[in-house]
Amino acid sequence: MELNFTGTDICAINGTRSAPETHYDIVVVGAGPSGIAAAIDAATAGAKVLLVDENPVSGALMGNDIPLYFGGRMTAATQNTERMLEAIFMSMPALETAMDAGVELLLGTTAWGVYRNGPGVASLPQQVVGLADSERSWLVGFDKIVLATGARDLAMSFPGWNQPGVMGAAALQMLLTRYEAFAGQRILVLGSHDLALETALLAQARGIDVVALIEVRDAPQGNAELVAKVAAAGIAIHCGQTITSATGGINGIESATLSTGDVIACDTICVAIGLIPSIELVDAMHGPRALNATRGGYIPAGEPSVTAVGDCAGLADSGFDHIAYRMDWMRALSDISADDTIICQCEEVTRADLIGVQPPNYLSRPAPMCARSLGTLLEDGPANPDQIKRLTRAGMGVCQGRRCRDQVAMLLAIEADKPFGSIPLASHRAPVRPLPLKILAEWDEPAEMEAAWDVWFGIPTQWVPVEDLNTPYQDEHRQMLYTGMYT
Amino acid sequence: MSGSEVVIVGGGVTGLSAGWWLARSGVKVTVLDKFIVGWEASGRNGGGASHYSSPLFDEEQRLWPQMDELLGYPTEHQKGRILIAMTERQWEQYRFIAERHTRLNHPVELLDVKQVQEAVPLAGDNSFGGVHYKFGGHANPQRSVQAYAWALQDLGGKIVQHSPVTGFETAGGKVTAVKTANATYGCDAVVVAAGPQIPQLMAQLGVDVPLAAARAEMIITEPAPMMPLGGVDGHKIYGRQTLRGNLAYGGGPHEWLDVDATGPAARPSTPLARNLAKRLAELLPKAAHLNVIRSWAGIIENSPDGRPIIDRLTSPDNVVVASMSSVGFGLSPASGHAIRDLVIDGKCSFADIDILKLSRFDNLESDWREKRGWMPIS
Ligand SMILES: Cc1cc2nc3c(=O)[nH]c(=O)nc-3n(C[C@H](O)[C@H](O)[C@H](O)COP(=O)(O)OP(=O)(O)OC[C@H]3O[C@@H](n4cnc5c(N)ncnc54)[C@H](O)[C@@H]3O)c2cc1C
Repeated sequence: MELNFTGTDICAINGTRSAPETHYDIVVVGAGPSGIAAAIDAATAGAKVLLVDENPVSGALMGNDIPLYFGGRMTAATQNTERMLEAIFMSMPALETAMDAGVELLLGTTAWGVYRNGPGVASLPQQVVGLADSERSWLVGFDKIVLATGARDLAMSFPGWNQPGVMGAAALQMLLTRYEAFAGQRILVLGSHDLALETALLAQARGIDVVALIEVRDAPQGNAELVAKVAAAGIAIHCGQTITSATGGINGIESATLSTGDVIACDTICVAIGLIPSIELVDAMHGPRALNATRGGYIPAGEPSVTAVGDCAGLADSGFDHIAYRMDWMRALSDISADDTIICQCEEVTRADLIGVQPPNYLSRPAPMCARSLGTLLEDGPANPDQIKRLTRAGMGVCQGRRCRDQVAMLLAIEADKPFGSIPLASHRAPVRPLPLKILAEWDEPAEMEAAWDVWFGIPTQWVPVEDLNTPYQDEHRQMLYTGMYT
Repeated sequence: MSGSEVVIVGGGVTGLSAGWWLARSGVKVTVLDKFIVGWEASGRNGGGASHYSSPLFDEEQRLWPQMDELLGYPTEHQKGRILIAMTERQWEQYRFIAERHTRLNHPVELLDVKQVQEAVPLAGDNSFGGVHYKFGGHANPQRSVQAYAWALQDLGGKIVQHSPVTGFETAGGKVTAVKTANATYGCDAVVVAAGPQIPQLMAQLGVDVPLAAARAEMIITEPAPMMPLGGVDGHKIYGRQTLRGNLAYGGGPHEWLDVDATGPAARPSTPLARNLAKRLAELLPKAAHLNVIRSWAGIIENSPDGRPIIDRLTSPDNVVVASMSSVGFGLSPASGHAIRDLVIDGKCSFADIDILKLSRFDNLESDWREKRGWMPIS
């Protein structure tokens, strides 16, 4: 058969994508104080503004520690979406102000990806943000996007951390204040910087028994005023110590053992060692970002059409080196951890398997495999968390690495004996929140998309069996399986 | 050629498999990669290994079931695939494919809706039926890449990462050395398996290799209960259930690109994830509630007829060029073998691969990309 080309590849993406449903001058992601303020400012200046916030998230997602590290310590109240919505409005009166200022507000709406043309892609009709609620997903165009996604909890592993009742400080604060839905009664707090001190004071004020704060360094780390307040509240700060294990039963944590050997009864261990600016969207869109130790980690570098505000832009800079502090904790917890201490809960990756760069348990480990380790891998080049992730599965689970990505990077730095900043950031990928297939699906896609859709490139000559070449089957094959491209 | 030095440009599956095969024959190999092994297409693909259109098919099929043992590392290879038809037209097409297989003595079986559901419990009762391939299969690309790399090292081969090749030294009609920014690697022979960067590298040797690069995308879900058959294709998407249970799927429109000699600047995924999600939810309705947890993209190159180019050049005569034209993961055990044969013996020992020669494009029009509509969006 003579092939005549049409000059058009009907299976290429060109012109097949849907246009965004709506377009806003400004989309603000995250309805915390700084997001609301940014939205109000923009709307007051006359812009068409959309403000979205993923909260309240479903109970199922909260159970997977999304977006914060809830540690399974939510009460049943979090199952009631109506009540949760009400709680959000009650706790943030500024939302009403924003709506009065003309801001369009969508709660329970996740921004799961930001897409724009740039290196490697030129086919998008315009820059868009992907949104989803509990019913569907859709795309929204924007001129500017403001990321006010806040900061998330830094989780840390130690023997027994992988049970209900080990949770993060931001999650605890949210459950205590906004939702009044914290299921614990007696908490032990890890850390003594401002985050830990504030969380302890808040918990006590809400009637929770705060047993003590544990500080790995030799002195309390937070500002003197907060330290004094904690002392005045009668809460002890045990310095120069660490947790060595946690025990529990069917309902989770029951006690914590300290490096002194003391056993402390508690139902919750609040990891208040640090917060990580939530830069998932920036990173997933290949936006520029930089490591900033006094602002809590990687923060967006900012671009004309993408700005970050609030904690997403970096924690308030008090001169405190958060990275050095976390590394001190990581070293101490790493020392007391056992080979079988789980690092990645979703994929059940142990510390030994992570450092051994071993595959998951359902695969065999022949002798050559067992002989491999991080040490042998480092002979080939610097440690790369994405490579470690591919081999060990640490960070590959449904929590999308929220619980372990930071620890893995710290552990790699320690094991490779390199500064934390030399370890690349493991990549974030859209959707930056788990989204069911049926929600993510573009059910009403353009007809052009279906018309262009082929399982692979739609190149007829690519798949004709060699045996069929130059036989009548060749044409039959093309006619049966392909259209377009050739006439 | 035992004891001689072969430098391989590109640590994707093709270069690594070739290096492993050469090392098995006692050749000293050095694989140079611009970044980390398998970082490009080789670590981003669907893992499918059923390339019945290729002259390398029989060797692909012979080798995969043995690869874990031969390499000494797990690849997660699983045998068999199923093609599920979700429309009448697809059913007609898939039965056509089944007939072809039967005629070519590839064992296939037509399945009715119930049999499809038995093999693939996430399928619904709304399919038209399925074709069970009792050959072919799938493996974990990332694990396989590393397995080749490690196996090659176990045989004394070297892998040098973070070392982009910048050029060659030639003398007497041969390449005598391969250059990177920091070092020069003397060699007796060279394999250029640099994926989309092949044209730029080969241009330095005065050889025109017609290839066009494009981006393709995939999505992956959280784990589902393990199904009896994990290699599930159909409804115009391809993919696999991983041994962990995740569903990893791709397909659909590609975007043609120009890539720099230094490699792609980015490999962005796009909202195409939504169109993939739609088709996967239709193909496997009982998986529709599963969370998608990642999406990604990879850059691959295609030759004008979509078939690989595996050839030993006549000038310089110690260079083997290997582009797998977007179907190279599954074929890798066999492509490596063929490359080994070309380097050492000048001829493939197990198959007639003349159809993969570069010379088939000798008379190619200079505007071949424009003619096919394979141009980047401007
Ligand atoms: C989404 C997707 C799905 C796919 N699905 C399948 C499938 O199911 N089955 C299948 O068989 N195939 C599939 N493919 C195709 C397959 O991935 C590729 O054909 C195969 O990986 C090619 O391997 P390679 O080693 O030839 O090239 P690559 O993987 O591209 O490797 C080339 C290597 O060369 C290196 N390099 C480039 N330039 C230089 C330089 N100057 N110096 C040093 N190093 C350099 C690169 O860093 C890279 O590591 C898929 C591809 C994609 C993107």
